[in-house]
Amino acid sequence: MVNFDKVTFEYIRRDEEGNVESINKALDEIDLDVKKGDFIAILGANGSGKSTLARHINALLTPTEGTVYIEGLDSKDEDNHLKIRQKTGMVFQNPDNQIIASLVEEDVGFGPENIGVPTKEIWERVAFALDKVGMTAYREKSPNNLSGGQKQRVAIAGILAMKPECIVLDEPTAMLDPKGRREVIETITELNKNEDITIILITHYMTEVIGADKIFVMNKGNIKLSGTPREIFKEVDLLKEYQLDVPQVTEIAHRLRQKGMNLPECVLTVDELVEALATGDRG
Amino acid sequence: MSLILDKINYYYGKGTAFETAALKNISLTIPDGEFIGLIGHTGSGKSTLIQHMNGLIKADSGSIYFNGQDIYDKDFKMTELRRKVGLVFQYPEHQLFEATVIKDVLYGPTNMGLDKLKAEVLAYGSLRAVGISEDLLDASPFELSGGQKRRVAIAGILAMNPEILILDEPTAGLDPMGRFEILNLLKAIHEAKGITVILVSHSMEDVAEFAERLIVIDDGEIKYDDEPRKVFAHAEDLRKMGLEVPQCTELMGRLADRGLDVDRNCLTIDEAVESILNGNRRK
Amino acid sequence: MLRDLTIGQYYPVESVIHRLDPRTKFLGTIIFIVALFLFKTFWGFLLAGGFIVSIIALAKLPPKYVLKGMRPIIFLLLFMMIFNLLLTPGEVIGEWWIFSVTKEGIYSALFMGLRLIMLVLGSSIMTYTTTPNNLTSGMESVFGFLKVFKVPVHELAMMVSIALRFIPILMEETNKIMKAQQARGADFETGGPIKRAKALIPILVPLFVSAFRRAGELAEAMEARCYHGGDGRTKMKPLKYHKRDLVAYLVLVGIVVGEIFIP
Repeated sequence: MVNFDKVTFEYIRRDEEGNVESINKALDEIDLDVKKGDFIAILGANGSGKSTLARHINALLTPTEGTVYIEGLDSKDEDNHLKIRQKTGMVFQNPDNQIIASLVEEDVGFGPENIGVPTKEIWERVAFALDKVGMTAYREKSPNNLSGGQKQRVAIAGILAMKPECIVLDEPTAMLDPKGRREVIETITELNKNEDITIILITHYMTEVIGADKIFVMNKGNIKLSGTPREIFKEVDLLKEYQLDVPQVTEIAHRLRQKGMNLPECVLTVDELVEALATGDRG
Repeated sequence: MSLILDKINYYYGKGTAFETAALKNISLTIPDGEFIGLIGHTGSGKSTLIQHMNGLIKADSGSIYFNGQDIYDKDFKMTELRRKVGLVFQYPEHQLFEATVIKDVLYGPTNMGLDKLKAEVLAYGSLRAVGISEDLLDASPFELSGGQKRRVAIAGILAMNPEILILDEPTAGLDPMGRFEILNLLKAIHEAKGITVILVSHSMEDVAEFAERLIVIDDGEIKYDDEPRKVFAHAEDLRKMGLEVPQCTELMGRLADRGLDVDRNCLTIDEAVESILNGNRRK
Repeated sequence: MLRDLTIGQYYPVESVIHRLDPRTKFLGTIIFIVALFLFKTFWGFLLAGGFIVSIIALAKLPPKYVLKGMRPIIFLLLFMMIFNLLLTPGEVIGEWWIFSVTKEGIYSALFMGLRLIMLVLGSSIMTYTTTPNNLTSGMESVFGFLKVFKVPVHELAMMVSIALRFIPILMEETNKIMKAQQARGADFETGGPIKRAKALIPILVPLFVSAFRRAGELAEAMEARCYHGGDGRTKMKPLKYHKRDLVAYLVLVGIVVGEIFIP
């Protein structure tokens, strides 16, 4: 449902006279193909181009060269922008700076209002969306009194109420505490499973992406690695080169293997490693 | 040289209908030269607590002694306390304001009434300590990268030559490499200058690896104040407080439960690998 | 201190005043303010005062909360009252240095003070009982006729609504920046006016930077949620007059008539 065809994006800085001062290639001939219902994770150090990529999926940015198709809609055509944004919602890092209204329910209703949904249906959609993220009890509260995790769930509900096919989340957990992080990840995992919504998650927390269907690793505007979490996280050393990390258990298993222990090639969860060590033949 | 908090109580909205206890009967001793981790979920009272330590918030009851002096005494010099107990707020880069990096770092020492030469020596020294190269001294702080901005902001506090350095989530929002750099920087400063570091963090992995002592605060009360090893033995209790244990501690606990001959209190990847290999050898 | 600023902040409870149409409350506030300048006697004041007290009671607003919201106007109030007290000519009842206090001055100061208090009370009741979104859609509708003259009414209303949402956030931010600079030895309390003004720079610069960053991020978030101005927009809470609004208008007309005819 999301297709990138040799997408290049350049930030061009100009001086006062309008002459080009510097060109920064944030995306460099990116090809990307995301299928409906997938849970995709994008990893990369700061400045690797992840956020720029995310903004292309929502038509907030359009390619300098190449083409982005969202369900066949070309993002270069401005007439498609509203349709694209309705299909692919976006959740940002700072929970405060994406909540527009002073009441939770009014904020969730903001998107549907913008796309001209009839009043009665807005209420139905708001009720549905708040229920899906478990925030119904807060519908008449002010967002200012919510925790970070709750605010992000409201932001997700605001997207859900637009009946999207896909939600892009740009480091939604970076400003949250462990509990808030868990809330957000559980919420999107359920939406992916139960509502068949495509999830594209950008994060710095490696443990959040082990359940993904596919991971893309970005570095300097390129996609360097792509594959299942198991395929990605076995590249412990390569990931470190891209200034990334692996989950602690993955690293422990990796080092134990280097010391000659007989373990599966890539371990992702505590459960797996416990099973492997407790029952398996340990060389 | 020490900071002693004695039965500190503090209320939000004192005297109104919304009055709630933010800190309840907190007693703490911070001796010289420790590396302390402070954890608790958002709203647990961590930020309120650290602001008591440099006198930005005044307790409703209880006393605080800095090097034996009562800081609530009339003739106690609060500026002296603020200089000696450096507090780095969350997202400290948001407080940068000067035209150049060096000027911004000089703000603190100049306020403290140091003469120009001495202030400059401190400012240059702390910028070097945080790894900001000399060619950036005259750059605008607003043009630096996120990680650099944060290091400049930390240098701004370091330049006051504090005896105690408190940091509120200094790694929030950084990528894995950025986190690693900041934490190692703190460790180096701690070791080189022997100053006390209090690290407020949402990352259990970070405090497990770097702190010698771990304080857990929940609902305005100190729940644990002990070696990280002992605190993380209470996994269940920590989870109830919205916290976690490091993934490797969880792994080792589970392995020990399954009857493997390993140390269940491992805190770091190195320790875990070592312990599993040893257990394996003994077998 | 900044946290205590309650003026302008929606107070969420269920009441008949909260349920009134925002247009009723907006126009009602204007009508009430007009009425305030009509009374000249104690009885007129009693009518207006009684009205405002009943509205506060009907709106289930805690009196303490409402009074706290009045704090920011105390200086303005005192200034106006003293000004009126000392500068109104008439029957002199006391003199001090170059000032003289007149009977008319006392009356004038008293009524001016009461008017100002009730004016602020009246308009703050409107903001206490109306969510910013509702308030702005009320204003949008009341001023809707200006669209004919190409005034971007919807956009202005949206701006007001967002400003109201971000007031508490920016207040908190100011507080935080102040503390952070204090931690770096900043001193906002001592020194002459120039030194004090200079001491504000380390607060104002980060505050502006942050406000612009927030504005940018918010604009992006709004755009991502298909915001494209007022065209083709529907409303989750469309405005609809009910019987209670008619009652409210009748009461207001009653007040105005009362203020005109009460001796």
